[in-house]
Parts: sequence; structure tokens; C-alpha cells
Amino acid sequence: MDEEYDVIVLGTGLTECILSGLLSVEGKKVLHMDRNDYYGGESASLNLTQFFRKFRPNQSPPTDLGRDRDYAVDLIPKFIIASGELVKILVHTDVLRYLEFKQIAGSFVYKNGKISKVPSTEVEAARSPLMGLFEKYRAKKFFEFLQGWKEEDPATHQGLNLDKDSMRKVYQHFGLEPGTQDFIGHALALYLDDDYINKPARSTYERIVLYTTSMARWGKSPYIYPLYGLGELPQSFARLSAIYGGTYMLDKPIDEIVLNKDGSFEGVRSGEETVRAKMVIGDPSYFGAGKEAEGGKLRVVEDGKVVRAICLLKHPIPGTEESDSVQIIIPQNQVNRRNDIYIAMVSSTHKVCADNIYVAIVSTIVETSAPENEIQPGLHLLGSIYDKFVTVSPIYTPVADGKQDHIYITRSYDATSHFETVVEDVFDVFKRVMGKDLELKKRESDVEQ
Amino acid sequence: MSKQFQFKLVLLGESAVGKSSLVLRFVKDQFDDYRESTIGAAFLTQTVTLEDQTTVKFEIWDTAGQERYKSLAPMYYRNANCAVVVYDITQTASLEKAKTWIRELQRQADPSIVIALCGNKLDLSARRQVTEEEASKYADEEGLLWSETSAKTGEGVNAIFNAIAKKLPLTAPPSARGARAAAPGTTRQNVDLNRQPTARGGEACNC
Repeated sequence: MDEEYDVIVLGTGLTECILSGLLSVEGKKVLHMDRNDYYGGESASLNLTQFFRKFRPNQSPPTDLGRDRDYAVDLIPKFIIASGELVKILVHTDVLRYLEFKQIAGSFVYKNGKISKVPSTEVEAARSPLMGLFEKYRAKKFFEFLQGWKEEDPATHQGLNLDKDSMRKVYQHFGLEPGTQDFIGHALALYLDDDYINKPARSTYERIVLYTTSMARWGKSPYIYPLYGLGELPQSFARLSAIYGGTYMLDKPIDEIVLNKDGSFEGVRSGEETVRAKMVIGDPSYFGAGKEAEGGKLRVVEDGKVVRAICLLKHPIPGTEESDSVQIIIPQNQVNRRNDIYIAMVSSTHKVCADNIYVAIVSTIVETSAPENEIQPGLHLLGSIYDKFVTVSPIYTPVADGKQDHIYITRSYDATSHFETVVEDVFDVFKRVMGKDLELKKRESDVEQ
Repeated sequence: MSKQFQFKLVLLGESAVGKSSLVLRFVKDQFDDYRESTIGAAFLTQTVTLEDQTTVKFEIWDTAGQERYKSLAPMYYRNANCAVVVYDITQTASLEKAKTWIRELQRQADPSIVIALCGNKLDLSARRQVTEEEASKYADEEGLLWSETSAKTGEGVNAIFNAIAKKLPLTAPPSARGARAAAPGTTRQNVDLNRQPTARGGEACNC
């Protein structure tokens, strides 16, 4: 540990591991450490032993759950949007070679007390109970408008300006009912709340296009998922970093962020050892996590909380056509909330649990002092729950951009159902650290024959 | 037509026992006394042809140094069909470390994995600390292949990979596990992200 590094990275969550991989490929000398003895930090997937050690240290896993090694239980519920930015990074870094993916089998939305499939074909749309006959006609006009939109051809704009007009105005233009708006804004554009309605329609348009192109890519849902759990993602990027010279140390307590006289980053102390580097990148848990850190400085602030209930089921979720994996969105208006409730479920098809076990995570942004009550509408949809593990996690945001003190802090994993905001954070930190935009170039094939 | 099989082979063992050198000798028939670890190679491949003309292609994964501070990811030996666990015959402690890796493989890897224990640095046998008897007895007890090699002179290197190739189950269809690049037909259940988006991308409607 007595060498000097360009970058020390703390925490092996996905954000940090992607950065580590990208920086190593750029030729930076990276030391990557984690206090845990497993990869993934908050975005890890744990086997049963690790899982119980984390949630119920005094209880060993019940034997009827099956073999320890069959499990990779995600701590955060997210899926990968098939045409999204994470897939681009996976392709361009060639990290794909370490991973296998399967589709998420279905996407459902909650309306008037029951769940319906988000239609993926015109036939499904025609049969869907989500809209009445006339509303279907209006919605059809709306989607034709989106598909027909050509930037340079005002005739396709129907008098609307995506950069100036609000989404509310677009909805009004097509006369869409509130229930349809919920469906479009939350199940297709994947907004967590209704703030988007009063903002320019452009980003909603882009998000719907992302959803539909992702849907078109594989057919059943817009999402894909890595076999053996989300924890495979950070591990794959860590390997990318390692083959480009990155050094990895797990199970390493981080006791102090050492600063120099002017308060800039100097090194990291673990026990008696101090290792120096030009800069540090790390997740918020290494920088005070909302409390004052070294030098009495507040480095990250809490920006809300997410409640997540990891539920083990012995049956698929009722009403989902026995799907082996699903996303269910409960739009906030449907249950008188400000934020949507999400359910993400995977199973042994994805090699994350024993046969006949289904792992569903119900989550939402906390609005009250009784977070567990807030996810009741979601828990209620699951049928009988074999076991349930609830966490309430603060979402931390760094207070500074790191340019001053060379301390670059990543964001906590938010309540969105996908990794797009994680990738935004990666691009953002990369730019601040390297002083240039991340250019995704496909690596030359490096399999030597 | 002769049959071809592809398997994922992982290397394990303490740092500096010669894991990378062993593979370099096997794949490129080269040796370098002061070799730095390979930068940027995800894995190497090499093919072995058996007597009946069956070819076995190894996709060989090196640790990329992640074993150094006990930080090898489970992903590394996930779906490995075979493993070469290397120790240095001049370092007793390296055999103990190899045994730890073997226990880890027995616990975590696929039960059908073929494990070869390999005592490297045979060219330094004057400084031998691990006897042949000790290592081979342990290998017998655990049902492992065993031999000694010198990546420097090349002695025994091809032999151990050949022995693994012979022991692998070649009756089953080519394994889709691990060696996924070789058998696209067997993984069609999964999505292939290198595939171009389908033509209907632009016209799909979710309404």
C-alpha cells in the first residue's frame, strides 16, 4: 500500500466500479477499496449467508430456502433499460463479455385497484382494459403524433412546441384523461411524481421514445436483467479496471480521509497504513453520510429517503400471468401519494434464488414518518409474503463538485426503476475528474488467439 | 467432421507462483523472467487437439491481480468448467493457499468443475520445499489432477492442459455455460446486446 496512485476509489458500488474501469482504461493508476468483503456496496447482490448477516445477524437462513449459493439478492431494485445509456457503456467497454442477460418478462401498471399489462403490441393495446374505446382512439392519435414527430418538419408538430409547451398542454391537445396521463407519465415516461406535467414536454417525449425503442428491442418489456443479479455489474467493471492495472482491496476498513494543510485530499488511512493519491472518488458512506466528516466539513447532505422492502415469495405475483419477472408501477395518484410505488420482481430464471422462490422489492420515496405503511398498497399486491426485509435508506447528494479539494463524491442510488441516473452521475464525475467528456469508443477486441 | 468444444478455464493461486507465465507458455510458448501482468487482456484462448481429433478450446481467465488482496469476484469462477490452481514448489505456504482456493471452488463453483493442482517452478527444484508425495497425496484425496510444471522451460505445461481436456465431459453438447461466445445457439434464451436493434424499432407503439 506504500505506492502512490492517481486515484483512490472508495466503495465498489456500480457507479464507483464503472468509474474505476473507465479511468483505468484511460491509463490512470487506480486503487479501489471497499470496507465490505464483497463487491457492490449498496448495489450488491448477496447470497443467503451475506444477506442474513446484513439484515438479521442473529439468525441463520431457514433451511427451506435452499442452497446459499443459489442466491444473489439485490439490495436495490433496478432493471436495465434495453436502449439506455448503461447498455451503451456495457457495449463500448466490452464488459458485456462477462455477463449474460435475460428479459424482464412483463411490465404492469396499477389502475383502479388492479394491475394490467402495459401493452406492448397494438393487439394488446386494443384489448387492454386500461382505457375505454374513445380514450384508446385519442391515445392512438397521441402516439401517432410522437412517432411522426420530425424536428425539421413543422407539419408534424401540430402547432405544439416541445421546448416551450408543457406536457399538460400536450395532454390537453389530445384530450387525454387523467388516468391515461398517469399511465403515460409514470408507466412509459417513468416519472416518479407529477412535476413533469408543468415542464416543457421535450424530456417526456424523449423518455417515451426511450421506452418504446427499448420495448421494441426484445419484445416483452423494455428491461433486461443480468443473470446472477445486479451485483454482477460492478464485478464486471471491477474486472475491467483490474485488467487495465487497477488494484483491488476488499474487506479494508477506511478509518480516515487524510487532508493536507489547505484541506485538500492527501490520502486514505486504514489502520496504521496511509496510502496517498492525487484524488479520491467514493460513495457518500465514506464521507460522513450526512454527518460532519474530517475537518468538521459537511460533505454530503440528505436529499430524501427511500423505503425498500425485499420480499421473498413462494409464488409469482398474482395477476401477472405467472411471469417469472415483472415490474409493477403504482402511479402516485392512484393511491393518493406524491411519489409512485414500484415493485420489481425476479426469480430463479435469473439465477438469483432457488427454484420456486420469487424475490420482489417494493419501494418508494418516503413521504411520512411511517415509511413501511406507505408501501402497503404494493405489499398488498404480492399475495402471501414468506419473509420481508425492510430498509429505509437516505439518499445523499454531495455538497461540492470536488474540484477544490479533489474529493469527488458519487450520489446514492435513487428510487428510479433503472440505471439511467447512475450513468448520468458517472458521466458527471468523469468530466469533473478528467476535465473532458467521456467518449465512448468501442475497445479493440482484446481476445488474443 | 471433428467436434469442437469450448470451456472456461480459470487460474487461481497466490501471487507470484507463475499463473500468468504458465498461460503465456501454454498459449504463446513464451517466457519472460520479469514479466509484468498482461494489461487489457480479458482472457486468452488456446486449443488442444485430442487423439480422436476432437478439439478443446480453452477460454483462459487470468486473475488480473485481483487475488492479491483477497478481492477476486465470485463472477470470476462463475460457470468455470475447469480450474488450474497453481502453487510454487519452492514455497510451502503457496500450497496452503492453493488448498484454500480449492476449498473455495468446491464450495462455490459448479460441482462438475475439473480442478488441476499444478506445482510450478520445477526448474528451481534445487530449492524445493513441497515434495511430490505431499502434493500428489492431497490431490488424490480431493480427486484433483496433479502435476508439476516449469513455465520457464515449458516442462509439463502442455501435459497438464491436455490432461484437463481429456477429463472434461466431452459427451455432452458443447457447454453453453461459461464459454458463451462459442455456442450462440445454446444461449438463444438470453438477449444478445451486440445484436443490432430490430427493424421494428421505429414503428412500435405501446398504446
